[in-house]
Amino acid sequence: MYLRSDERGPAVSNRLALRIALFGGIAVVLFAILFFRLWRLQVLDGEQYLAEAKNNRTREYRVSAPRGEILDRNGELLVGNRTSLALQVNPRKLPEDRAERRAELSRLAGLTHSTLRRVRRTMHEELKLAPAAPVTLRRDVGRFLVYYLQENQDRFPGVEVQRVFVRDYPNATLAAHILGNVGEISPEELKDPRYKGLQPGDEVGQDGVEDTYDSILRGDPGLTRIQVDALGQPTPNGRLVSKPPAPGESLRLSIDAEVQAAGEAALAERGQGAFVTMDVNTGEIIGLGSSPTFEPELFTRPLTQKQVDDTYRNPAAPLANRAISGLYPTGSTFKIVPALAALENDVITPSEPIYDSGSITVGGQPFQNAGGEAYGSVSMARALQVSSDVYFYTLGLEMWDTGDLQRTAHMLGFGQTPGIDLPGDTEGLLPSRRWRNQLFEEGKTDRPWSAGDNIQLATGQGDLQASPLQMAIAYAALGNGGTVVTPHVGKEVTDAQGRVLREFAPPPRRRIPIDPEYRSVILDGLHDAAQAPGGTSYEVFGGFPVPVAGKTGTAQRVGQADQSWYLVLAPYPDPKIVTAVTIEEGGFGAESAAPAALDILEAYFNKHTTGPAGPNGGSPG
Amino acid sequence: MYATRARQAKLEPFAVRPGIAERLGLPYMDGPLALFAGALAAFSVFTLSQSTLHDVPGSPNYFVDRQAVYSVLGIAGMYLLARIDYSRFRELRVGIYTFLCVSISLVFVFGFAARGSRRAFDLPFFSFQPSELGKLLLVLALAGFVIDGARNGSDRQRTVRYLCLGLAPAALVFLQPDLGTSLVYGAITLAVMYVGGVPWTHFAVIGAAIVAMAAFVLAVAPAIGTPLLKDYQTERLTSFLHPSEDPSDAGYQQNQAKTAIGSGETTGRGDRATQTRLDFVPERHTDFIFAVIGERYGFLGAAFVLSLYALLFWRALRIVTLSKNSYGTLVAGGIAVSLLFQVFVNVGMNLGIMPITGIPLPLMSYGGSSVIATFLAIGVLESIHIQARLSQRGRFAW
Repeated sequence: MYLRSDERGPAVSNRLALRIALFGGIAVVLFAILFFRLWRLQVLDGEQYLAEAKNNRTREYRVSAPRGEILDRNGELLVGNRTSLALQVNPRKLPEDRAERRAELSRLAGLTHSTLRRVRRTMHEELKLAPAAPVTLRRDVGRFLVYYLQENQDRFPGVEVQRVFVRDYPNATLAAHILGNVGEISPEELKDPRYKGLQPGDEVGQDGVEDTYDSILRGDPGLTRIQVDALGQPTPNGRLVSKPPAPGESLRLSIDAEVQAAGEAALAERGQGAFVTMDVNTGEIIGLGSSPTFEPELFTRPLTQKQVDDTYRNPAAPLANRAISGLYPTGSTFKIVPALAALENDVITPSEPIYDSGSITVGGQPFQNAGGEAYGSVSMARALQVSSDVYFYTLGLEMWDTGDLQRTAHMLGFGQTPGIDLPGDTEGLLPSRRWRNQLFEEGKTDRPWSAGDNIQLATGQGDLQASPLQMAIAYAALGNGGTVVTPHVGKEVTDAQGRVLREFAPPPRRRIPIDPEYRSVILDGLHDAAQAPGGTSYEVFGGFPVPVAGKTGTAQRVGQADQSWYLVLAPYPDPKIVTAVTIEEGGFGAESAAPAALDILEAYFNKHTTGPAGPNGGSPG
Repeated sequence: MYATRARQAKLEPFAVRPGIAERLGLPYMDGPLALFAGALAAFSVFTLSQSTLHDVPGSPNYFVDRQAVYSVLGIAGMYLLARIDYSRFRELRVGIYTFLCVSISLVFVFGFAARGSRRAFDLPFFSFQPSELGKLLLVLALAGFVIDGARNGSDRQRTVRYLCLGLAPAALVFLQPDLGTSLVYGAITLAVMYVGGVPWTHFAVIGAAIVAMAAFVLAVAPAIGTPLLKDYQTERLTSFLHPSEDPSDAGYQQNQAKTAIGSGETTGRGDRATQTRLDFVPERHTDFIFAVIGERYGFLGAAFVLSLYALLFWRALRIVTLSKNSYGTLVAGGIAVSLLFQVFVNVGMNLGIMPITGIPLPLMSYGGSSVIATFLAIGVLESIHIQARLSQRGRFAW
């Protein structure tokens, strides 16, 4: 029924009233929807949107902080920083047109020796984490590339060059294995709580003290928070927060650059090997090196294929730190351990002689002196001086099923990680009755523990595996009277002004009781070995002005020439330092390792000119 | 109506000369209606004065001044229209309808293009958008046709006729292209038919047709390779269903508006507002002005504005029932729906529950055509009110 134009009176009919009421009802519902929606957005979820809004209008730019410097114990700079130019792409300023963008990125990829795909992937990954922030394509670009880009700016919109800090190594390879290197944080590292708060592209220490002391060296990146408009352009007066970057603190190492350099030079001229020089009382590492070495500088810029091959695929493994992770039989240098074990457990007295006929036969198997020599009747000191294998074979035989040798070796740190503040130290292997018998039960070896095993162990052969650092710790314990130190290269943390913030003095791992009498007997034997005629290294150390106690070692390795070892405590009789040297395929201990140790001690004592108190203690014996 | 007055004067010999207010017709106007409309316009000017200071370099009051002038012009127009008996428009329906269609069509020839769409004439002092005024003209003409054709043909024929009459200008506007306004025209057409008494069954059929058409336009046509909507239109229409999928495109505006409004919380952020101040919300002085209000003045401010609209609509609905004749009822109904539709769609779009259709918020959004046309529509409502009061008074006097 349609309305009629002339209808009058009560303005609305009932049917129309119904329609209008319905209409009003719909309006009420619509307004209610709007009100509730508004309530929900502003009152219930307001906080969340406010946070979103704040995030929306600010951009954070991180300003990288220079890493702390690394110094040697005398303040000589080992690792510094230099500024370098990094190529960045600002994604908001790239051409909008896809084809143009693609063309520019591929031109850039060409200039930076990369591929379009790699550039794209880098950008994609970084933008996912920090939207709209500039993406660093390459660090340490050459000046010529920068000039080229600046001259052709119109062809490279959105490409920027930024100054960044890059590690600088004034001494090239010096202490490379201790220092390690820095590199961009990896996706796995990002998940590590240790690296909390870091972002992709940030640099962290990747090895050596750069890794161990990363949190100290790293510093805090500066943060500039800028208010931006919808186009990402900074608004006037829009700088909200500006936190300057805090440079990392400096790390002073216990390394002495001169000793370190002497040690590395001594190794370099003798082939592959390692050395450790350590303070016997504190465990401070004065020098520690591994040969062959590498240039940490290498890692501050992208590696070429040849460099990758030379470093990672080189059979000589220049990156490996042989001083802490090299595992070798130690030869006769190990003999102080059976000596100590036999004396402390009353297996033998210092003066009790053993007749050395040149060989002994155990279980039908002959064990001979190296070189086939026969020393006749020898006591402890003499046995150490001439390195009588038969004497120690006998001790090994005596203790073959008592476990005394293993207990003492274990106390001195064999078979355990030394706990040095460098990544990569290893525990090695201390063969024992239980170890071999268990292997045998599991069918992994053809025979159970036998006297022969212990006889081999007593001369540092057989299954024994130890690192030069472990040997140095054992000798240090002998030298200092029984303290098994915790070796460390970190000495103290200083701020940018050189004030000491923190000192590192890790407590010793343990103290073991060593009878002073026994200690001096062994030291006497070692001293005679080094500086008395007839001693195994007399030819090397006989003329050295500082009295020392040193032991050669010649370790036989399957399929290789003998490995040369030398362990020396100086000055005798109250040693301050211990030096361990090993040269792979270096022959007799006195042939290559001992001369290398001499070079190191010369460097050390040239500096510490206090010299030996009183007359030269080169007493023959 | 003048006759009424004359009669009344004759019958009241002792009546004093009508006072100045009465001569201006003020006592018979719907005061609250004018008040709410004025308050909205004032709030619009206030909001613009705070939020558009830096929009036009060198003239901080660019939008404020213009919006104030438009409002004053609009109020003047409202008053003039209120003084005219709206019933005359019924007689002019053919002229009005012709003017409506011609003015919209002329835009295709003389209009200037803004953002890919021709909607307005560039007049010396402002740009005139005929489709805005067209909302009122369509109501006036269509209501006339409904009243006049009430006895011609079957129900079905009439329904088809009204639909054609209403949808012709809607189609013209759609071609500009101005999707939002054409939807308003559609809503007006349906509203006038609804108040005019078109049977429920017909609405059911129309509703089904709309659903089918929407499905065809949004899904089927693009699938068979002849899209009827421009890409950006489809995206706008559907992005509110999945606003977070791509913050950089269509959903972006909606997300930003929502963030802006939400961040206003209860009491608003005032000058600390950032979303609507720093260009995060596009079109913030026109289509997204509600987001500005939401962020700056919070729930209190936004709810206040919504309440003003609710009150405005209540007064309009009241006038629908008061009207002295059916033409007035139809016109008031059409105007009321046109206002409600625009408010709901615009605010809903700001709140992220309606698609982005480019419909301005009546009286709040910056723009001369919209503000003035809305005031004129309010003027027509006032006219219906005044005429109703006058006729009632006459009756009481009898």
